[in-house]
Amino acid sequence: MWRYIARRIVEMIPILIVISILTFLFIHFIPGDPARLVAGKDATLEDVENVRHEMGLDKPIVTQYVDYMKNLVTGELGTSLTTGLPVIDMFKTRFMPSLQLTFLSMFWATLMGLAIGVFSAINKNKWPDYFGMVTAVSGISIPGFWLGLLLIQLFSVQLGLLPTGGLDGFSSYILPSITLGAGIMSMIARFTRSSMLETLQADYIRTGRAKGLKERSVIVTHALRNSLISVVTVAGLQFGFLLGGSVVVETVFSFPGMGRLLIDSIAFRDYPVIQSALLLFAFEFILVNLVVDVLYTVLNPKIQLDS
Amino acid sequence: MTSPTTVQNSQVQHTQRKYSPFKEFWKSFKKQKAALLASIFIGLLIVVAFIGPYIAPYDPFEPNYDALLEGPSASHLAGTDEYGRDIFSRLIVGAKISLMVSFSAVFLGLILGTILGLISGYFGGWIDKIIMRSCDVLFSFPDLLLAIAIVALLGPGINNVIIAVMIFSVPSFARLVRGATLNAKENVYVEAAQSMGASHVRVLWKHIFPETMSELIIFVTMRIGTAILAASGLSFLGLGASPEMPEWGVMLSSGRDYLGTSSHVVIMPGIAIFLTVLAFNLIGDGLRDVLDPKIKNN
Repeated sequence: MWRYIARRIVEMIPILIVISILTFLFIHFIPGDPARLVAGKDATLEDVENVRHEMGLDKPIVTQYVDYMKNLVTGELGTSLTTGLPVIDMFKTRFMPSLQLTFLSMFWATLMGLAIGVFSAINKNKWPDYFGMVTAVSGISIPGFWLGLLLIQLFSVQLGLLPTGGLDGFSSYILPSITLGAGIMSMIARFTRSSMLETLQADYIRTGRAKGLKERSVIVTHALRNSLISVVTVAGLQFGFLLGGSVVVETVFSFPGMGRLLIDSIAFRDYPVIQSALLLFAFEFILVNLVVDVLYTVLNPKIQLDS
Repeated sequence: MTSPTTVQNSQVQHTQRKYSPFKEFWKSFKKQKAALLASIFIGLLIVVAFIGPYIAPYDPFEPNYDALLEGPSASHLAGTDEYGRDIFSRLIVGAKISLMVSFSAVFLGLILGTILGLISGYFGGWIDKIIMRSCDVLFSFPDLLLAIAIVALLGPGINNVIIAVMIFSVPSFARLVRGATLNAKENVYVEAAQSMGASHVRVLWKHIFPETMSELIIFVTMRIGTAILAASGLSFLGLGASPEMPEWGVMLSSGRDYLGTSSHVVIMPGIAIFLTVLAFNLIGDGLRDVLDPKIKNN
């Protein structure tokens, strides 16, 4: 197993390097002269050249990349063009709220998804199953930004129970996390249902029932536990969906996280922030996928035996 | 006189002639009630998208300052927006934009991804490695973030949204087709075609590509739903269609300032997006039940 994990980490390195090259080249891919874009339309030629020098764009491209990597390693991500603050300082205040929102969404989505999936499977082709699956397919189809606005309308504007946006204590996380987790919950519910239906056909389930185990024990201890292995993998792999979705949800709720920062930076063409935010998102996504892979290895006895 | 054998032969030929994969597919598909209903809905939506400008009761661009933010009524079925424009007319005309963006993005992604997947699976070796590692790199960005990054580079606009959604679709198609190609190329008839001197292009097109079709059809349907969500999401974020366009995501975004007082401005375009994506997902589910060999065998 350790060899497998080590191999996965080694395999990550070239992808990380390519991603770092892509994010480095981001500023060079922008149509037109990046120095002119940063300096502004009305800037004089001298100003543009100064910006070019400040950004290091007058150096050979390989030197620029080496400098970029050196800076990355030391946590020097440049300075925001709009606020003048170091990008790393902006990330420090934005990263944790986003991470907490993502984990909270993942937590409730997994719990609810599992519950709906199991309930649907044990009531196959009955009303609870139809209800569960209609909820699930609706959850996948509903646009996050619309669901968020509907929740604001109901819980904040009409009932006045929760804040409409911003970040002020735990209550500010409730509506954004429901919005963000809805899609994942639905996917987990659908996957749990099909995985449970497959497991419930297994011989050991029949044996369990034949030897007189209580139905609850058969479902929870035997069927659900075995279905969990694949459900955990699917749940983990959906993490990327949450990272992407957080951009939209944070915008709807004016939530001061990384996603909102990215959208604001795009609006103001704050390229150093965009560049580093994209790199951070990609890194986070790769890391989560690695953790999921490792978790799968730990959970699945078959893989442990194979290796 | 006709001998019994001839009669039997003609009956066999008649039965063989009558067999059609489409008929068999249709027989199974029409049992999927939800998918069938969803297909009718999408069919109607496509018709509406084509004839929208001719059947819209009002000019979708014409402001009417005497009818600002009016709720749904007999004269304005879905109410009016902040400029007094008829929301129902804008939704009808906007159907074309939403469908065109998602169809073209998925179709372009399908073509590029299929070609890459076929080449990767069929030839293997270093070509396969290069293509699959490139896909891995694209996979390391969550779909919507990749689209946002591409639009951030190219600038906002509906054409750039199509490009962005296409690019994030390519690796998924490539990986899917590669998997199906790897399976298909093990078939004896592929070997037979190769040994008879068929060119690579012929083997790929005539013998391997048809084997990937059922998986592709299911995936394309699901992907259109994802593309509609992504495109309207980008427009909502101000990265897609321009603010005056009757694109559903844009309509929702511009209406959110009036959520507290005139919630229909947000609710109506949301229903349009939701029902369309739901319909594509239901069709995808139905197609999977009918076409996926694993489910069929069960």
